Amino acid sequence: MATAQGPLTLFDKVWRNHVIATQADGQQLLFIDRHLVHEGSFHGFNKLKEKQAKVSRPDLTFGIVDHYAPTKVRDLTRVDPAIAGMITQLEENCRQNGLRVYGFNDPRQGIVHVVGPEQGITLPGATIVCGDSHTSTHGAFGAIAFGIGASEVAHVLMTQTLWQKKPKRMRVRFDGKLGPGISAKDMALSMIGRIGADGAQGHAIEYAGTAVAGLSMEGRLTLCNLSIESGARCGLVAPDATTVNFLRGRPLAPKDEIFDRAAEAWLSLVSDGDAEFEREIVINGTDIAPVVTWGISPEDALPITGAVPQPEAIGDEGRAAHAREAIDYMGLRAGMALTEIPVDRVFIGSCTNSRIEDLRAAAAVLSGRKAMVPGLVSPGSSLVKQQAEQEGLDRIFIDAGLEWVDSGCSMCVGMNGDLVPPGERCASTTNRNFKGRQGPKARTHLMSPAMVAAAAVTGRLTDVRDLMGGRA
Amino acid sequence: MKPFTKLEAKAAPLPFASVDTDQLIPARFMKRSRSEGYGQYLLHDMRFDSEGKPISDFPLNAPQREGSEILVARRNFGAGSSREAAVYALVDYGFRCVIAPSFGDIFASNSVNNGLLPARVSEEDAEELLSLLENGHESVFVDLENCEIRVANHVFGFEIEPVWRTKLLNGWDDLDLTASYAADIARYVESDREQHPWLQQLPG
Ligand code: SF4
Repeated sequence: MATAQGPLTLFDKVWRNHVIATQADGQQLLFIDRHLVHEGSFHGFNKLKEKQAKVSRPDLTFGIVDHYAPTKVRDLTRVDPAIAGMITQLEENCRQNGLRVYGFNDPRQGIVHVVGPEQGITLPGATIVCGDSHTSTHGAFGAIAFGIGASEVAHVLMTQTLWQKKPKRMRVRFDGKLGPGISAKDMALSMIGRIGADGAQGHAIEYAGTAVAGLSMEGRLTLCNLSIESGARCGLVAPDATTVNFLRGRPLAPKDEIFDRAAEAWLSLVSDGDAEFEREIVINGTDIAPVVTWGISPEDALPITGAVPQPEAIGDEGRAAHAREAIDYMGLRAGMALTEIPVDRVFIGSCTNSRIEDLRAAAAVLSGRKAMVPGLVSPGSSLVKQQAEQEGLDRIFIDAGLEWVDSGCSMCVGMNGDLVPPGERCASTTNRNFKGRQGPKARTHLMSPAMVAAAAVTGRLTDVRDLMGGRA
Repeated sequence: MKPFTKLEAKAAPLPFASVDTDQLIPARFMKRSRSEGYGQYLLHDMRFDSEGKPISDFPLNAPQREGSEILVARRNFGAGSSREAAVYALVDYGFRCVIAPSFGDIFASNSVNNGLLPARVSEEDAEELLSLLENGHESVFVDLENCEIRVANHVFGFEIEPVWRTKLLNGWDDLDLTASYAADIARYVESDREQHPWLQQLPG
């Protein structure tokens, strides 16, 4: 196939570097630089066993325990044997295939999308896959990173490659400067509220603009993490000095002169000035208010100053039906102010918002205050936990009345048994407010860590800006 | 994989938007082995009440929908988690085709890898199909060669990625295809070791 000449986007450049072969129908065989596996990858390992095949590149495959990791009891003999079994099964599969494994008792254990960047597994210009949809997170480094299913996991295990059709390119530009108390979570939820949960389907999003350049790596990770909630295949941010500085000294990042050579290559990974995107949207960062979700899809997102929609006012039948279903499931009244919604508990954690900066933002609001409701704080990795404790953040959470627990996916998906009880309403820093996501009949409102902290303090959804006087 | 060309079968309406993969198979069942069959967990918390009794007005529980192989839903079907178990649940239940205005990307690709056809129709056509099913029609004809859906004398076009269409029509498995590129993969790795040593080789 004639390769596109002329101006290229960041995405085109990274993609092009990985194409091994192109079929007449447009499918391309891509080399995969990093493959992350977790407990849920067992279907993939089973397919490998059925074929009596071996892992093609054990050196590029990394096993991480997170989805089922118990966060309150760090002893597998004292938890549900089915959960312990999922963990030991992954550790065993990794051992048999000679993979690096960040196991349950490893001091570096944590959520796969937190550990990857932390360990320097995630690098700019790489292709990264994992049997988890939030793999888009790693795009924050200017990598092409996306979630795959079990059949594809098996394919990557066996060949270190994947057949893909190139997605369309989309640019989302956040101009201006974010206001105080506004974070990457608010940027992402504003975008999803605007374009819909399927608004970016079939596209790779490049995030650009001054508000994105101003984000730390933590913020960029949150932004890219939520790409999948807009239906996008992946999200990317061009590498810059922030990226390079973050990576220097990470255990699996290159060293010495290879690092310098790599850094030079990474910094060249930017979209050419006249590169074309199939779609482009511009959002004014200055206008973004703290955002919360009121419904059962991440697109049901509104500024905290808003109100629950009136389904009768929605023209489209399908959408009005969705709003009615959401209001009913969430136990709300059409037209009520979002700040009138009481919460029963809070959760701070998940690959979206559990990094050190997220914990600091929540602690800044909670410091010297009491939570009106119970809640759980689960750091994104054991190393984040350690750092937070060194900074004394654990004391702030505990003094506020929240539980400070170990690292894992925890209440994001509830596989480890950390669940929101039926009918209860949880203010959560996670990524999905789907029906039953945090437990059967649980009701989830998504928001930033600072906003969750504010909800904890008042016992209802709250504009964190009202609680910030003189803080952070 | 079994090829998919044409299918004439009973269809069930699922008049909801954003039926995500967490609904299709709730997380707590994902520890189970596939050999138990995942069909019993399909849409579990929508189909059954908290005591495990079937909810009588849920469409899939209606006696006339028993044995359905085609599902019609609203937009953003299969959004969310990459769990292929969601597709296993549909397939093990007996579904071979889902018709909806849009699909989660990962779900759609997982479907194709399991011989399940994700057929994309316009939102208006999805509404019309739902209303036909809710008004006495039971059987739907899906023709992948011509990308056409028929219910009695109503005809609807549908879309699917051409790559996926070919794969389903032929029942192809990616692994066979990839095996024929082994030499190209080896050549790629060799040249990438030079160009991007930090990607091909980790320190220590
Ligand atoms: S924290 Fe939640 S979204 Fe992230 S990897 Fe774990 S289960 Fe998936």
